[in-house]
Amino acid sequence: MTAGTATASVRPGQSSVPGGRRTIPSFWVYALLIGGLALMVGPFLWMVLGSIKPEADFLQSQPTFLPSTATTDNYRRLFEQLDFPRYFFNSSLIALVVTIGNLLFCPMLGYALAKLRWRGQRVIMGLVLATLMVPAGVTLIPNFILMSNLGFVNTYPGLILPFLAGPFGVFLMRQFMLGVPNELLEAARMDGAHEFRIFWSVVMPIATPVLATLGILTFLGNWNSFLYPLVMAQEPGMYTLPVALATFATGQYQADHGMLMAGSVVLVVPVLIVFILFQRWITEGIATTGLKG
Amino acid sequence: MTVPALAQRGVAEAQASGSTRRWREDLIGWAFAAPFVILFGIFLAFPILASFLLSFTSFGLRDLTNPIGATLVGLQNYLDVFADSTFWTSLLNTAYFVLVGVPLTLVLGLLIANALNRGVTRFRTAFRVGYYLPVITSIVAIAVVWRFLLAPDAGLINMVLSGLGIKGPDWLADPVFAMPSIIAMAVWRNLGFAMVVFLAGMQAIPTSLYEAAAIDGAGRWQAFRYVTIPMLRPTILFMTVITTIGYLQLFEEPFVMTDGGPLDKTLSVTMYMFRQGFRFFHQGYASAIAYLLFVIVAIVAFLQFRFLRSEA
Repeated sequence: MTAGTATASVRPGQSSVPGGRRTIPSFWVYALLIGGLALMVGPFLWMVLGSIKPEADFLQSQPTFLPSTATTDNYRRLFEQLDFPRYFFNSSLIALVVTIGNLLFCPMLGYALAKLRWRGQRVIMGLVLATLMVPAGVTLIPNFILMSNLGFVNTYPGLILPFLAGPFGVFLMRQFMLGVPNELLEAARMDGAHEFRIFWSVVMPIATPVLATLGILTFLGNWNSFLYPLVMAQEPGMYTLPVALATFATGQYQADHGMLMAGSVVLVVPVLIVFILFQRWITEGIATTGLKG
Repeated sequence: MTVPALAQRGVAEAQASGSTRRWREDLIGWAFAAPFVILFGIFLAFPILASFLLSFTSFGLRDLTNPIGATLVGLQNYLDVFADSTFWTSLLNTAYFVLVGVPLTLVLGLLIANALNRGVTRFRTAFRVGYYLPVITSIVAIAVVWRFLLAPDAGLINMVLSGLGIKGPDWLADPVFAMPSIIAMAVWRNLGFAMVVFLAGMQAIPTSLYEAAAIDGAGRWQAFRYVTIPMLRPTILFMTVITTIGYLQLFEEPFVMTDGGPLDKTLSVTMYMFRQGFRFFHQGYASAIAYLLFVIVAIVAFLQFRFLRSEA
């Protein structure tokens, strides 16, 4: 913030007139930014408004932006005729378990890579980094075959296991662990603390902000994930929200404007709430990893 | 770094033989690594290898219960893929998407970040949150919404256009406009991510550099061109690589919006892989496509690192 103000005041041609800076150029910058913001938010408004429009509004020759009257019909059909409560539960459960797994396993390996010395460490580090950019499509087919043979297709383990330990989390946690002062760990070691105790009672508490970032990003990523559950959840009872929405949107309900909009709202709104509540952690966490990459 | 620490641990351990201590350290290290490494090994490392092997077999639905029994066909899948005109179409479409989409996303993200970094102080949080909003939402939901936005008659976009007296096309059903529509949506969804990363990079640039530039008489544009851009080079490199890797895997958007049509104009490589693997159950063939995409991703990332880094 302060840096922004400081740089603004030294802009040439304006630097000598403190009160006169940022007049005409800034007006256009603001106008463009606000116009852009309307374009960003517009589709979400359209979605929410569409979800409360009565069916008649979609049949008019001249469509309207605002609904003629507000209705909860679309949501009612979603939750009563279709199995959306179930899909919502599936999505939540899977994302939650995956998040917990990553919050435990990634810091453990991150700590071992950054602060312990053991044989095989470099190989593991190299393998984790090498898989960071492997396209999801590459592991899809072998995982499907593996899960078929384990009997895990259309089950929660089939949808959860492959994501419990993501390389991104290890990368993020290792970067953080490198910055933890060694003196802190040595002090705990001198007190006779066991390595796992140090990890749990010394390192994990100071890692809370990074863990929050990792937790939120993992949850969001998994909640939105599509290609893998599309393949692994073939029975409607195991659909996640994105799979259900995409299936209905490309299948028998593809013209059902109001219901698909309501389905999108159900998929998007929980994420928006999480985002607005934890906005700082998400953007700062991403910025940090971005810079260190 | 743990060696001195361990040395201080106490007389008994300090006197223990070096190899015993070494073994102990290994044990602790692996104990921490084990849960991750086991899951990672089974569900990520092994499938990467298995996918490579599968691409040399004619694996199909009947092999599902006995994967070891799949017939080896050597390089046949790869030869078939190279002779498959639909594959080339999907590769060309993906290249179109990447070559237009990545620069647009990055340039817009950079410009917005620059505006927010230099001068704009009011509503900064609102802008940041607003532009970032689409990034965190489900592509499937967004694709559903955009499909209706782009609808020929009832869509918001053509509604606005007809207000201006222009008759808009049926965007997603038009062979010329379908891919640009998908690119527009992808840019809309991803520019916020670029913005946040660029903004963080810009805030790390020392103010003194801008002051020096101002003293030398640099204008707004010159400060951006000769201070911001060079200082931001590592961040730009990083964003180019990860945006390209992401865009090369285009899937959800055409899956929901066009099913690859019209006339395969929006069929992406990942979609074609999915179609071969899970609609036709040619999983050996699909593995070859997946591996080719993997190789392309690796080469592109490597070239971008070489090229953009040497330019610095």
